Amino acid sequence: MKLQKATKFALFAVLELARDTSRQLSATDIADLYGISTHHLAKVLRDLGRAGLVDSVRGVGGGYRFSANARRTTLMDVICIFEDISSDQRQAGDVGEKTDIGHALQMVLGEIDGIAKATLSAITIDTLLKTMRWHQDQ
Amino acid sequence: MRIRPAMAQDQPNVVALDGRVTSIPKPDYWASMFNQFVGHDGQHFLIAETNGGSGDGLGFAGFIIGEVRAWEFGSLPCGWILTILVAPEFQGKRVGEMLFRAISARLKKDGVETIRTMVAREDNLNMSFFRAQGMMAGPFIELEMPVDFGREEE
Repeated sequence: MKLQKATKFALFAVLELARDTSRQLSATDIADLYGISTHHLAKVLRDLGRAGLVDSVRGVGGGYRFSANARRTTLMDVICIFEDISSDQRQAGDVGEKTDIGHALQMVLGEIDGIAKATLSAITIDTLLKTMRWHQDQ
Repeated sequence: MRIRPAMAQDQPNVVALDGRVTSIPKPDYWASMFNQFVGHDGQHFLIAETNGGSGDGLGFAGFIIGEVRAWEFGSLPCGWILTILVAPEFQGKRVGEMLFRAISARLKKDGVETIRTMVAREDNLNMSFFRAQGMMAGPFIELEMPVDFGREEE
């Protein structure tokens, strides 16, 4: 599975902000940490704000902070704001989908997508941060 | 809340809770599980109940079953969580986490380094729970097929 650039930026931002919910970071702070475009990230952060995952704080020292429930928000919740990764969507427009080979290939790809979707829907922001900390401690 | 090993008298509560949650009563299955897992070394059947328990099932919060299995599917000895069930009124109160930790400690004492389970792909509740405990995809993939697949070619 390959995620679009905006989706990856969103995951970086959400996870970075959720790591410490009392902290405010600007788009530039986060972009510098991950070596990504501030301009592109700023747009992504606005989308995350509209989705209720981050709050923007204006003024000097302002920035963004995580505002959702980390134990309830899954990676899939973030991804779905930026792209549709449902296999049904891909099936609808794929070249050769009506041939027997195209159908058989679609079954295999659908199997992989199904596992990916179940995984992304089961991992919350809190779980991922906890897993990350556990691996760092090892 | 306390966690303790299951006893024969827990069987009606287990049957009732499972029937309530899954809507498929299976008393014979649970009788067999009690025979197999209660009172045997290396097999763990743990009960979560409110302190003291009420004896009438009201304090019965859930249960977990697990054991060490070795060499099936070419696997090294490994702890398996076979079932975990928490009563709906006790969900979100960390009962599942307490049961999971208790059985993990026992499986660790049995000498295993890995704990494994299997979850239906659509079962987001349990998948999220096991993920939150630290579980990740393992090195095995479950495969299955309709039993009559390819029969017309024989």
